[in-house]
Amino acid sequence: MVKNSLGRLVPEVFAGKTYTPYKDPWSLQPHCKRGTRDIKRIDHNAKKLVGNLRDGIIASGLKDGMTISTHHALRNGDHLLNQLVKEIDALGIRDIKIASSSVHAIHSEIIPYIRKGVITGLECGVNGMIGELISKGELDCPVVVRSHGGRARSLITGEVLVDVAFLAAPYCDEYGNFNGFYGPSACGSLGYAIPDSIHARKVVAVTDNLVPYPAVPVGIPQSVVDFVVTVKSLGDPKKIVSTSTRITTDPIGLQTAKYAAMVIEASGLMKDGFSFQTGTGGISLAVADHVRNMMRKGKIKGSFGCGGITGYFVDMLQEGLFRALFDVQCFDLKAVESIGRNQNHQEMSASMYASPFNAGAVVNRLDCVILSATEVDVDFNVNVNTESTGYLLHNTGGHSDCAAGAKLSIIVAPAIRGRLPIIRDRVTTVTTPGETIGVIVTERGIAVNDKFPELKEELIKRRAPVKDIRQLRDEIYAITGAPRPLEFEDKVVGLVEYRDGSIIDAIRQVKK
Amino acid sequence: MKIMKKSQAGTSQSSDLMVVVEPANELRVEVESTVKRQYGHLIKAVVEKTLADSGVTAGIIRVNDRGALDYAIKARVETALQRAQ
Repeated sequence: MVKNSLGRLVPEVFAGKTYTPYKDPWSLQPHCKRGTRDIKRIDHNAKKLVGNLRDGIIASGLKDGMTISTHHALRNGDHLLNQLVKEIDALGIRDIKIASSSVHAIHSEIIPYIRKGVITGLECGVNGMIGELISKGELDCPVVVRSHGGRARSLITGEVLVDVAFLAAPYCDEYGNFNGFYGPSACGSLGYAIPDSIHARKVVAVTDNLVPYPAVPVGIPQSVVDFVVTVKSLGDPKKIVSTSTRITTDPIGLQTAKYAAMVIEASGLMKDGFSFQTGTGGISLAVADHVRNMMRKGKIKGSFGCGGITGYFVDMLQEGLFRALFDVQCFDLKAVESIGRNQNHQEMSASMYASPFNAGAVVNRLDCVILSATEVDVDFNVNVNTESTGYLLHNTGGHSDCAAGAKLSIIVAPAIRGRLPIIRDRVTTVTTPGETIGVIVTERGIAVNDKFPELKEELIKRRAPVKDIRQLRDEIYAITGAPRPLEFEDKVVGLVEYRDGSIIDAIRQVKK
Repeated sequence: MKIMKKSQAGTSQSSDLMVVVEPANELRVEVESTVKRQYGHLIKAVVEKTLADSGVTAGIIRVNDRGALDYAIKARVETALQRAQ
């Protein structure tokens, strides 16, 4: 165990692999060539369509101890990973690691297969029950949580070797060209699947919608796909939307959004060329609504909207407020519909979106990003992974990537959530380092990181409720009481990787 | 104040709590909460203080808390006690 620069005690070796402790967001340099796979030559008249999912697993050569991946564009509507694990079990294959781009609540179906030894490790973060059981020590399955950019990085550098990627392909031909735009399981952007298609040793396209050759426009090309298999259904696109994608009506949320809009206005970033990202939460969308009105009023021509794309951003594109959308995943069906039709609604890979180790990710070009938080500490460090129970319940998403890339990252959150104070002395888990966070906005006030003295001055001039973060914490504690720290065992059950692969925090088993 | 009959107050909404009181020979307070790990001790303290302030020395008091603040806990306990008269 070593202390990283944030004072977090992290292991140097976990589940047999060696890791570097986190130091800072910027300095870690890669010293490796691109991770790669063997060059292939297939028979010029070979057929790639091999049958059903089980046939695909057999054709791929999947064996005990290997690593598989899937993408999570269908989010909580994904049926592929569950089917896949069941088939792997039926074939008697064991000790498989999952390195998917994310795992959702729907995938708790794989819990019995973890118990059975079919799945023995997670090279990706998880949402929901699996994380809870791992945190309780009831499920033995080491987990390494990665951001979207960090996951792409880990595949590209070869730190995570995916033996077989099983990629849900909503519109696919028999020779392996596919996109996510059309078909009964259309999910829009396949941004998370692109690194897998390039770096996995074997790529199996899994479709419920085989179309005549060629499937155009080509998202992922035939030249990287080894096999094509068919299943009855990839999933339910209606369940892509997991949270409310409507503007909040909660007065606390609306007040928070109003303050966030004040921060954006005071930042001076709101001018021609403005670029912007928000999540799907009700407060984030309320901020987007303010931004939209500011842009209209100031006749501002933005450059691009980014991230997981919602219908709200599609509307802003169509209104001419942005010239383009960079889309790594579609957050609702309006975005899915748009990406198949709008030339300037651009699909982008997870690497182009957010990897720290390339010649420049899109997040570096963001002016402003609106992010959420479960907890923030007085040094502005943010936790989105673990909840008040100490359980690992949420994946990082693009949180630490966007915070590092954007000129200004704004955290919006209610000051109190069911008695839990948002600002506290110490966060349960550090997801995103405070050094990359600009401003915390709550309905009870705005805390500005000392790195932005001019912004702070400007906000005070505009009579915004600027408060020192410790003062804000004290005000909230006065209402909620100071929380008692959670108690953990020494046993590390998971790691939180920073986007560059260094270990920013460890997740420990929760004391009963 | 004496608990004469079983009664309850509150809801199971987030930031609220459900309080059930019933007669018994001795005093017993049971607290379940979504934030028990961090606030269980404070919740119990408010409940016990409210009981003491009302002069309740016997009864079973079950609290199922969903992250309510102290004033809500106090109000729900007082209401449950009034309804138990």
